[in-house]
Parts: sequence; C-alpha cells; structure tokens
Amino acid sequence: MSSYGLNEIRSGVKLIIDGDPCIVVDNEFVKPGKGQAFNRLKYRNLKTGRVIERTYKSGDSIPAADVIEVDAQFLYGDGTEWHFMATETYEQYAVHEAEVADARIWLKEQAECKLTLWNGTPILVAPPTFVNLKVVETDPGLKGDTSGGGGKPAKLESGAVVRVPLFIQEGEVIKVDTRTGEYVSRAKE
Amino acid sequence: MSVINWQPSASIETLRTRAQILKTIRDFFVSRDVMEVETPLLCGTSVTDPFIQSIPALFQSQPHGSEQRYYLQTSPEYAMKRLLAAGYGAIFQISKAFRQSEIGRFHNPEFTLIEWYRPGFDHHALMDEMDALLQTVLKTQAAERKSYLDVFTQHLHLNPHNVTVDELIACATYNHISVALDSKDRDTWLQLLMSDYIEPRIGQDRPCFIYDFPASQAALARIQPGNPPVASRFEVYFRGIELANGFHELQDANEQRNRFKKNQSTREQLGLNQMVIDEFFLSALTQGLPDCAGVALGIDRLIMLASNSNSIADVLSFDFARA
Repeated sequence: MSSYGLNEIRSGVKLIIDGDPCIVVDNEFVKPGKGQAFNRLKYRNLKTGRVIERTYKSGDSIPAADVIEVDAQFLYGDGTEWHFMATETYEQYAVHEAEVADARIWLKEQAECKLTLWNGTPILVAPPTFVNLKVVETDPGLKGDTSGGGGKPAKLESGAVVRVPLFIQEGEVIKVDTRTGEYVSRAKE
Repeated sequence: MSVINWQPSASIETLRTRAQILKTIRDFFVSRDVMEVETPLLCGTSVTDPFIQSIPALFQSQPHGSEQRYYLQTSPEYAMKRLLAAGYGAIFQISKAFRQSEIGRFHNPEFTLIEWYRPGFDHHALMDEMDALLQTVLKTQAAERKSYLDVFTQHLHLNPHNVTVDELIACATYNHISVALDSKDRDTWLQLLMSDYIEPRIGQDRPCFIYDFPASQAALARIQPGNPPVASRFEVYFRGIELANGFHELQDANEQRNRFKKNQSTREQLGLNQMVIDEFFLSALTQGLPDCAGVALGIDRLIMLASNSNSIADVLSFDFARA
C-alpha cells in the first residue's frame, strides 16, 4: 500500500487514520529551533464528518486511502438499503441507511449526487449543493405577503422540512441549499 | 496552455518594508560599534545537530573532475566564532542560511537571519540588546522575561527539570493535545508542549523571552552548574512566532567535542546520514573563544510581524515554489 511522508501531505490528500478514510484539511510544519520537527495535521474523517487535529513527527508517514468520488444517480430506497447507479459506468451500488446519513432527506428518485467510494465501497453520499423539491405539506400562507419575513415550516417530497416564506404554497417547487438546509428561491418546474 | 506564474510572492509594499528593516538593523549595530562581517555560505562541513539537516552541494576543481561534497550553511555560527577567537571583537552578519526539508508557513528552505556576538556579554545582557532591537524595529513594548521553569510552572503546573516522560504524555492528553508520537524522549515532549500549548499563550502583547533551558537542550550554550543545572540559552517568542535563539556561548572545546559526538550517535540511532565534525571550529575553541554571548534572529519572520503577513512566502521576493 502506498503512503505519504508527513512533509508531502497537502490539503485534499486522502489518508487512512485510525482505520478510517480521512481527507486532509490543513498540514502545518512546526519546528522548534533546536528540536524535533512536527506536523500539525487537520483532517476530516470521511465516515463521521468530524474534523480532528493531531500532531505527528515530521519523519513519519501515513498510509494513503484509495478514495474516489463518482457522480451517481439515486435509484430507490428499499427500507434498509439505498441504491445508486454511477453515471459514467452504470455500475450499481447499495448503501446502508447509516451511510446515506444527512443526504437522505434531500434525495428523491433520479436525483444526481456524489458517492464517495473507499476501496470500491460507498462510504458517503453527498447531495447536490442545490436541489429543487416540491412542497408537499405547509400551512396556507397569508395573501399578499412577499417579504419572506417570519416564514413557516414546509415538508418537501424527499422528507426534509425547511423554513419557507409565508407565500409558498403546497405543490410549488422550491430551490434549497443542502449545505445549510435553507430555502433559496422558488424554482421553475 | 498553462500560464507560468513568474510574479514575486511578496508585494512591493512588503519588499519596501523589508529593505527598510534591513537598513534599520544595520544602523542599529553600526551605532553600537558592532562590525558587519561575511562568512562562507558554501562550507566543507556542517552541523552535527540531529534535528537540523544540511543541503549538500557538489564542488569540482575542474569540469568532469571528482565531486567534493560541500554544504550550504545552516547557520554562520561556527565561522563567526572563529572570527571571535581570532580577536575580531563584536560582530554581526546578515546572511542566507539553508535547512533541508524545512518548508511551511514559517519556513523556507533558504532564509535570511541576523546573527551577532558580543564579547563580555552573558545571555541576560544580550537579551537587553535584543529587546532594544525589537523596540527599534517593531516598535514593541519592553519584552517580558521568564525562565523555562517559570513558564512551565505557570501554564502547565509541572517542573520541566524533573518531570517524567509519562507525566508529560499525561499532561498532553489532559490538555487535549492529540499526538501520534511513540517517542520516549523527554525533550521531544517538552518541545511539543512548548509549541502546541505554551507558545500560543505567551508573547501576545509584547515579546516574551524564555531563558535557562534544560541542560539537555543546551545546544551550544554553556551550562550553569546548580540544582538542576540549566543551559544559558534563551528564545524569543512574539505573537506565536519563534523569532530568535541565543546563548551565553560554550567555551570549553572538550565539552563541545563531546556534544558533537553525542549528536553523531543520536544521528546514527535515528538512521540519519553521518556528519563530520568541524575541526576548524574546534581548533578555534581550543585556541580560546572570548567570553561572549551570541544570538540568531530570523529576519523573514521579523518582517512577517512588521507587515502582518500570514506566510513567509509573503515577505520573500520569490519563495521556494518560485525560486
């Protein structure tokens, strides 16, 4: 298995740390004038999403993780597993509920998303940054309110609940930012 | 077609600040009767220090001739001490120095330092002069001074001179310093706690000088006998940056040779290439180095502080990636 020396590690490099695939966020070289050189590594665990900081000795090395990201389409969920198809290879992947994690509430069938594969197995599903979804349930809004102030909860066809302006009605399609879970605008069908 | 980024890494304003600071430093020493000197950058031997690696350079006395291994100097220390032993008196040098594999936000493999030596000074007198220089260049307030013992006691409630490795590891864990290090070397753990925990907490408003290091971290400083014995060495920290390292210089040639030999055996244990001892330097020490103190200050880092720069690349005309 290939590995990286601490000084060669740049942000974006994927490594196996404590048995989990991680992506490097930052790597700072620290050298006391007359002492051992260190690297202060900051990385995100790709399975849990947690960002961790850890100090290593500069001469050490860390195994590389065979992690790639592929474009995929969400096919269907069967209760325990979610099924995706890679856009380029048509290869199908089954993903356990737990690994779909936060992406689940944003995905409807046919949705395009990104699958992170570690040694060929999906470990993470990322929804598109912006999704257009239909409002399936919300209180009737007040006529004439276009300010968007205040807002109300709306349930979307994928299961997510977001705050929308009062003028949004059931059946309308809205654009949502999946990073923040916030309403962006009305969307055209 | 890819576009080659040939532009400087520093802004013209920062390079003007740089030029001004170099002038201010020269004026400071000239006004104090300290003479500017130059010593070789290309040297036949280099330091044995296990934590400083030298960049080799190959010399040929004629084209196609056999290659002789030289080194780009990591510091002008030995050559300047030879000048001192030869009776040159107070001297300073602004020079380039080179360190293998040192690259990062505060490190460029080629960097600029000012190093100066003061016959008749001890490390406390030299700290006074360092403080005056920082006040002149950076307009800082008078520096704060703490012993290595004080700063460890104050921030980590432990005595660095008698703490065990296990206590240091426990201390790092207790303070949520996550470390992947299997070392059982006390000094490595002390240095880790210094850089990860203490450094961010000292010298924020004014420079902080830390002095009287553990004897095991003496480098080229003399050791004051006592209980415990401590090295007459100081470091300067300001706003999270380690700026300078100074010594009340070791004069004893035998003791110096023993330290070099100890370095060589540490290098062997660490699997590092072996470095030949600089006999010019040891001969000069045998002849007699005047009682003196000396210090090296990183000029690039000084300019980072003066220009509020985030990275050493921002204060270099062309950083290593563009060199």
